[in-house]
Amino acid sequence: MSEQLLIKFAVVILFLPLLGFAVTLFLGKKVNRIFIFETAATFVGLVLSILLLITKISSYSDISISAEFKWIDLGKVPVIGSMNIYLGLLLDDISTLMIFVVFLISFLVHFFSIDYMKGDKRYNRYFAYLGLFTFSMSGIVLTHNMLMMYIFWELVGISSYLLIGFWYEKKSASDAGKKAFIVNRIGDLGMLAGLLILYLTYNTFSFHDIFSEISNGHLPFNSGFWLTVTGVLIFCGAIGKSAQFPLHVWLPDAMEGPTPVSALIHAATMVAAGVYLVVRIFGILTADAMLVIAIIGALSAFIPATIALTQNDIKKVLAYSTISQLGYMIMALGVGAYKFAFFHLITHAFFKACLFLGSGSVIHAMHHEQDIREMGGLRKKMPITYATFLISSLAISGIPLTSGFLSKDGILSGSFAFASLTGHWLFPFVGFLVAMMTAFYMFRLVILTFHGTPNNKEKYDHAHESSFAMVMPLVVLSALSFFFWYTPNPMNPDDGWFYSNWIKTPELHTPENVRFDFMKSDVTPVPGDHEIMFSESYTSALHHAHGISAILSLIMAVLGILLAFTMYQWKKINADRLAEKFKPLYNFSLNKWYFDELYDKTFVAGTLALSRFIAWFDLNVVDGVVNGSAAVTKAVSKFTGKFDNVVIDGLVNLTAYFSGFIGLVLRRFQTGKVQTYIIMVIFSIVILLFLFRSF
Amino acid sequence: MHVTLTHFLVVSSLLFCFGIYGIVTRKNAVMVLMGIELILNASNINFIAFARFGNFGLQGQVFALFVIVLAAAEAAIALAIVLNVYKTFVNINVDEIDSLRD
Repeated sequence: MSEQLLIKFAVVILFLPLLGFAVTLFLGKKVNRIFIFETAATFVGLVLSILLLITKISSYSDISISAEFKWIDLGKVPVIGSMNIYLGLLLDDISTLMIFVVFLISFLVHFFSIDYMKGDKRYNRYFAYLGLFTFSMSGIVLTHNMLMMYIFWELVGISSYLLIGFWYEKKSASDAGKKAFIVNRIGDLGMLAGLLILYLTYNTFSFHDIFSEISNGHLPFNSGFWLTVTGVLIFCGAIGKSAQFPLHVWLPDAMEGPTPVSALIHAATMVAAGVYLVVRIFGILTADAMLVIAIIGALSAFIPATIALTQNDIKKVLAYSTISQLGYMIMALGVGAYKFAFFHLITHAFFKACLFLGSGSVIHAMHHEQDIREMGGLRKKMPITYATFLISSLAISGIPLTSGFLSKDGILSGSFAFASLTGHWLFPFVGFLVAMMTAFYMFRLVILTFHGTPNNKEKYDHAHESSFAMVMPLVVLSALSFFFWYTPNPMNPDDGWFYSNWIKTPELHTPENVRFDFMKSDVTPVPGDHEIMFSESYTSALHHAHGISAILSLIMAVLGILLAFTMYQWKKINADRLAEKFKPLYNFSLNKWYFDELYDKTFVAGTLALSRFIAWFDLNVVDGVVNGSAAVTKAVSKFTGKFDNVVIDGLVNLTAYFSGFIGLVLRRFQTGKVQTYIIMVIFSIVILLFLFRSF
Repeated sequence: MHVTLTHFLVVSSLLFCFGIYGIVTRKNAVMVLMGIELILNASNINFIAFARFGNFGLQGQVFALFVIVLAAAEAAIALAIVLNVYKTFVNINVDEIDSLRD
């Protein structure tokens, strides 16, 4: 296939879901089974994206194919100069891989939803929204410039909003939709600012052009500091979209949406868009920006993990786990472990989607019961769901033979190597701690849901294994959680095809003086030689870290799982007594660190107070001015009205009266009798004679 | 007694005054017309008198003749008007014919 054909493929892949969306939306009420069209469109997209991926990796593995066209030509613009906006697609290794992941999960979720959403009164509209989301997500993945990414960024925001609030009759769902939308806007504001700085400096939105300008030493405002600021500002978009601390509060609430949506949008793809964004701009991140990203990532990995320990809603646990894992990826990017972050993005997408769909299957079987205290013993009733859920839980906990072990181990060794080179030991510490907590809360979930005895006998009796449409996606996704898709060696992925062929650490574009020391290239890599990441010192540090972190992470995971089994399966430790003993800590975690309350008290209350003040200002001052001017106008017009009535009319009437009066007087003389007139004439003549007498 | 211009003028002015008096006091339109005739004749006396005592040649007499002719024509027309007025109002009392006033 030629490059042109690949681009055409990509265009078709991009617009197929949009077609599905439009058709499904407009015919949804007329044609009952139109959702099949939407699902089929996604399936065709999936097939095309597999073709694209295979062609790309086999024939064009090191080439970035891009195509662009001029979208808007604004001509000469003040400050910037000539302003042309280009849109275009970029097919490189990560975008082709990512588009495949998006379409695979999207298709599986479509398929799963066919049964899960059965009987919903807005059934077809749900599929239309899924199509809109798939379209928007493909746009983010395939774009070759920042502007288009921003546009599609907002589009996924709106489709997420629509799907979270899908059951908008429920107040909590519509509130959650609004919360997600507003919280995301906060992050997007930062992203927009970063984007504008880039455009102002480089007069282009294209990734490639911006990167090459930075490589040439052309920095925003000519300072490394501003490059850091730009990087952090763009990262703000990722904070919002990937639900990173401190904007993570929307994601748990977003679980109000249908569960397949949670799997697609709020676990596998959309929230990964933030990570994808950072992956895209990785080459221009300075050392300071990376440190900020790493800290945010570490906090986001740690805080939700502690919250997930005590949650009782099956979806809430998974939501916090998602934030925590996304924090992992972000932290990995911050510490320079680019390949591992992207790897984890892919593996996490599969096993987390599987977990969410599994929870959907459970919730469906339990008639929309989400509280794990009401479950238990479902293993016997739902064996396939249980098996797939267990495999995914093993993967997320990082047990060998799973994909999660490989990627998580990569991230941990990356942070370990980073710490050994820069001394920031906090990151590996948090990483290992979170690894243990993840294993613990995941197995707490598994045990409480599937093991033991049923806690709610009535619901248990009605539970049953889900239909084929719901089980098939689970099987596919859990199969993808095994190691052999990514590497032949289950313990070390370095020589596997994923790292050696699919993902390569990108070239850095930042000036040397704003990089970490270990990122300054001290050797030029020899083509064909074993790949050297960043520098020789880093590569060797990573090599050393790998063995230690693999063992440590395994120990942590096993410890976490064992702890979960002791507490919930064998009941050697009474969980309730433990909670009683550490009541403040327990409550702190159960109440999500009181983030919602804190934001309510500060930002929400502050905004409300501000808006109240503005409303008061508006009502009193602005309206006062308006009303005042109205009152003045009224008074003036009243006065002029009076003036008009009295003076002007008075004058007019006066002349009228005067004329009338004159007429009244003169009428006396107008008798109509000729003789009177004659007398008057004669008298007048006599008087005139007397007056003009000459004597 | 020697008749002078003054005598003529006195006679003519008396005649004029009678004419005026007649016009003003009479109610009958025919009588009013007769008053007008008196005034015309007063003016005729004046013309003749000035022609006799002045140095105007025959102009005075000629004018007097004109006036007589004019008076005859006027009387004819005026009487015709009076006749028409009578036809319209069944009345030739000048006091009551005042519909133009309104």
